[in-house]
Amino acid sequence: MSNVVVFCESQNGKVKKGSLELLSAARGAGKNIVAIGLGPAAKETTDELAHYGAKNVMLCSDEKLSNYNPQLYLAAMLEALKDLDFEVLLASSSVLARDLFPRLAAKLEAAVTSDCTELDLNSGLQVRRPMYAGKCTAQVDFKDSAKKIILMRPNQLPVGSVDNSATAEVSEFALPAVDLKTIVKEVVKGASEKIDLTEANIIVSGGRGLKEAANFKMLEDLADTLGATVGASRAVCDAGWVPHSMQVGQTGKTVAPTLYIAVGISGAIQHLAGMNGSKVIVAINNDPEAPIFQKATYGIVGDAFEVVPKLTEEFKKLLN
Amino acid sequence: MRVYVCIKQVPDTETKIKLNADKSYIDTTGIKWVMNPYDEYAVEEALKYKQSHPSANVTVVSLGPKKRVTEALRTALAMGADDALLIDAPETLDSFATAKSLAQAIKNEEAPHLIFTGKLAIDDNASSVSQQLAEFLGLQHTTVVSKLEVGTNEVTLEREIEGGSREVVQLLGPAVIGANKGLNQPRYASLPGIMKAKKKPLKEIELSSLGVTESDSKLNYTNFALPPEKPPVKILEGDAGAQAESLAKLLREEAKVI
Ligand SMILES: Cc1cc2nc3c(=O)[nH]c(=O)nc-3n(C[C@H](O)[C@H](O)[C@H](O)COP(=O)(O)OP(=O)(O)OC[C@H]3O[C@@H](n4cnc5c(N)ncnc54)[C@H](O)[C@@H]3O)c2cc1C
Repeated sequence: MSNVVVFCESQNGKVKKGSLELLSAARGAGKNIVAIGLGPAAKETTDELAHYGAKNVMLCSDEKLSNYNPQLYLAAMLEALKDLDFEVLLASSSVLARDLFPRLAAKLEAAVTSDCTELDLNSGLQVRRPMYAGKCTAQVDFKDSAKKIILMRPNQLPVGSVDNSATAEVSEFALPAVDLKTIVKEVVKGASEKIDLTEANIIVSGGRGLKEAANFKMLEDLADTLGATVGASRAVCDAGWVPHSMQVGQTGKTVAPTLYIAVGISGAIQHLAGMNGSKVIVAINNDPEAPIFQKATYGIVGDAFEVVPKLTEEFKKLLN
Repeated sequence: MRVYVCIKQVPDTETKIKLNADKSYIDTTGIKWVMNPYDEYAVEEALKYKQSHPSANVTVVSLGPKKRVTEALRTALAMGADDALLIDAPETLDSFATAKSLAQAIKNEEAPHLIFTGKLAIDDNASSVSQQLAEFLGLQHTTVVSKLEVGTNEVTLEREIEGGSREVVQLLGPAVIGANKGLNQPRYASLPGIMKAKKKPLKEIELSSLGVTESDSKLNYTNFALPPEKPPVKILEGDAGAQAESLAKLLREEAKVI
């Protein structure tokens, strides 16, 4: 049984869903799972990691790893992997992972591929990912001899069942000394404490049809009811209504939630590219000819200012 | 003082992607190639640096099929870069081999003070070359940079992370910077700039002279597919109240997503 390494991230003492999906996939394929957790908070997650299939948990609880620093995280990963026999390393395609793992791949002379949407570990290794921000997809063929680092987009794989009796062998390793030349001075928290767009399960996005910045409040109410994250089209980011970090599309974030609600967005090719991997798409637009309807699962032709508050009401009824 | 900018050519964002006959790649006929949008911020930031440090020399570097890539390099020269390095290579080279080639090409020149890249290229969205280039050169690196201040021996920058949060990071020594939107407003090439660009030095480099071959790639893409056809949209009828009610019901009972 070959080792599969799963790099696990946590938040508020819980393993992130994207990491649980990968543990589940590896467990389902009968792999021996070595989970790696970095930072003091990772200690709290060892039981959960075991319950989802980790047989070994390697931790580096050094305080210096509380926040991401690429030099320190890279040193920690190299230390963790130095005597480990593995062919495949899985991680959720988070902001952190997308920064860290290309570096690790350079050091290990390994293959790395990010933002993958399909993974099958059962018969050999099958991986697919979107290309051109989702205008098509491609299979990733790896060089046989190379170690393979696969970063999976969250919300693509099912989370398996919890086995509360499962245990793992936990080991702690020390952070090697690093001559620090990258210094993270400060982390400035954004306005939103919500899940990032790229990890969100439900997204409510607004476009120019909302007329002005203040009307995004209406979308926030809708999003709060659903536990969703708010996104936007480029037109409204460029207009300064909302920050660029909220932009969905080919030159913004590529997202793939299970539910994407587009409000007052026309559906330009660059916007569609960034969200057409969503499982269910709802379009709310007063123009029946808007291209967004061609990609939508459900469409409401109507005035956003009438429909959205009603929708918030309906969801409240349903979810309370 | 040498500043490098690594740029890539990508299909224009308006491009409707089609596949070739055996689905081994996209059909490139008729595609309009443009400089990767994030690379425009990288070029601009290098040119801004040159404005405040006139002794700096800005070299643009690109790897790809020679005929096409020349265009992207000429665009950057027209914006104001001083000279260009063109590494003639097939477009199927992966991030690892690309970064290795760029690193070697830069090693063969004057040591870098700063290197700029885009945070990612919007074709395969891999966001790997910038980090790997820094590792191969042994330099510090930050990507998704939306604000930058260059000091004498260090740079201080802001990088966007999850949920709109930002990190303030300091890098000591020469550094590689992956540019994000917001860093600056890229300039357009002026007509005199375009004329001048034609005479600026553009050095061609064979991939093999960098000690890299196609077999250095760790992965390649095959078996391309277009997204599955979506069933036609279900338009919900009635007034706003009725539409909202049926949507909530369908999302719960039919789509089962809430
Ligand atoms: C290089 C490049 C990159 C780009 N990258 C991106 C990207 O990453 N992401 C992106 O989103 N765009 C991108 N764009 C821009 C894109 O082409 C569109 O301009 C943009 O997506 C339009 O935004 P919108 O849908 O909000 O606005 P519009 O196209 O103006 O659409 C507004 C919509 O709102 C509807 N509407 C108006 N009033 C109401 C109402 N009361 N109720 C309901 N509906 C209403 C209208 O019918 C219309 O369909 C890019 C463009 C370029 C050139």
